[in-house]
Amino acid sequence: MSVTPPANPALLDVSEVSKSFGSVEVLRSVSLQVTRGEVVTVIGPSGSGKTTLLRCVNFLESYDSGSIRIDGKEVGFRETGTRQRRSERDLAKMRAETGMVFQSFNLFPHLTAAGNIMLGLRKVRGKSNTEARAIAEHWLGRVGLAHKADSLPAELSGGQQQRVGIARAVAMEPKILLLDEITSALDPELVGEVLEVVRSLAEDGMTMLMVTHEMAFARDASSRIVFMADGGVSAVGPPAEMLAAEFDNERLRSFLARFRASHF
Amino acid sequence: MLGQIAYALPFLAQGFAVTLWVSLLVVVLSLVAGVMMGVGLVYGPAPLRWAVRIFSDTIRGIPILVLIFFVYYGLPAVGIHLESFWAAVLALTLFKTAQVIEYLRGAVGSIPKGQSEAAMAIGLTFRQRLAYVIFPQAFRRFLPPWINGVTDAVKGSALVSLLGITDLMHAINQVIGRTYEAMPLYILGAVIYFAVNYALSLASRRLERRFSFIRE
Repeated sequence: MSVTPPANPALLDVSEVSKSFGSVEVLRSVSLQVTRGEVVTVIGPSGSGKTTLLRCVNFLESYDSGSIRIDGKEVGFRETGTRQRRSERDLAKMRAETGMVFQSFNLFPHLTAAGNIMLGLRKVRGKSNTEARAIAEHWLGRVGLAHKADSLPAELSGGQQQRVGIARAVAMEPKILLLDEITSALDPELVGEVLEVVRSLAEDGMTMLMVTHEMAFARDASSRIVFMADGGVSAVGPPAEMLAAEFDNERLRSFLARFRASHF
Repeated sequence: MLGQIAYALPFLAQGFAVTLWVSLLVVVLSLVAGVMMGVGLVYGPAPLRWAVRIFSDTIRGIPILVLIFFVYYGLPAVGIHLESFWAAVLALTLFKTAQVIEYLRGAVGSIPKGQSEAAMAIGLTFRQRLAYVIFPQAFRRFLPPWINGVTDAVKGSALVSLLGITDLMHAINQVIGRTYEAMPLYILGAVIYFAVNYALSLASRRLERRFSFIRE
């Protein structure tokens, strides 16, 4: 093994990760690299392992073999070669380096919009109440919700809740942002406002790995698209190539054909 | 008749103080033990979960009176001698702890899994997740059955009189033994127990309203 790191190391390096739920293999030797500033979109039929892959990256799910590294550091296991799970404290630290936005928002219902963002800043980043509040207000402004800082999640629309969810994740200044079908639970007319926020983060150079069914958005906003099928990476490439009708991957073509049939 | 009862009031007040003291001890001790064991039941490793499950199911399957006699008369056989007061407190606490475990399990179990995951995703540790995300939400669901349990504890504390502890119940019985005024004294006792429990229910309702802003 070489001692010096490669010139342009991947920020996220998923290497031959496999995982089974009982007898069902949900991830089959998945490898995937994301470099700093890249926006990588994972598409594929339901059950192809997209969400599981995302959840392995911040170790909400463990995996059976392979490795996942962020900035060169193994995410869930100690680097002793014995594949020992990290301590609870270490895992919490590692998870603070990744941000995650959920399909079902998962805002804390007992805290205000600002409170949702401030919790991690205060308890994980050790910011004072005043600092945390200022950061929360900054990010609420960025997602167009400066006026909703003191609203409870139940008082916000789905699109607004999800924008708070994004603000909560990025306020922690994660190295990479994981977006798990973040518009799937939204009414169609609210999808645009959320994607707009994601687009502006991408323009700022935020590294992102996202799972989405918004093909138009994936095409416009991604640097690369990963097509997963049956738990494995079936094809990877730039969006223009991948989504072109003549792309040389039978499964991807039939997935896109079925997708188009059901969405238009 | 009223004169006799008035004469016995300080004695009854002492009994009432014992009732409150027993109830308070049982409620506080069972809350601490029950919450800890309940967290073990929900989040602990398998052996701990089984241990708590067996404890809870066993204790809840035994009549509280049997438990009291078992602790007071049974434990000396294995070398554990407790004063009647502490034997009674221990038995009632065991009983209440098993209930608190179940209230906690129900309350925490009602919080969607996504809440824990969102808390994990921002890097909160297990304790922080419980303290800042899970417990504040679970509290509202924990409270009503728990306050109910507290009123049960106050009422159930009357059983300690069977070990000869002079609580309110025992004091009333003793005064009746001297005055033969059963009806007015039992009514007085009932009113006192009711007053305590009704006050608790009112407090509970206020607390519930205080936390009702949490909607899912």
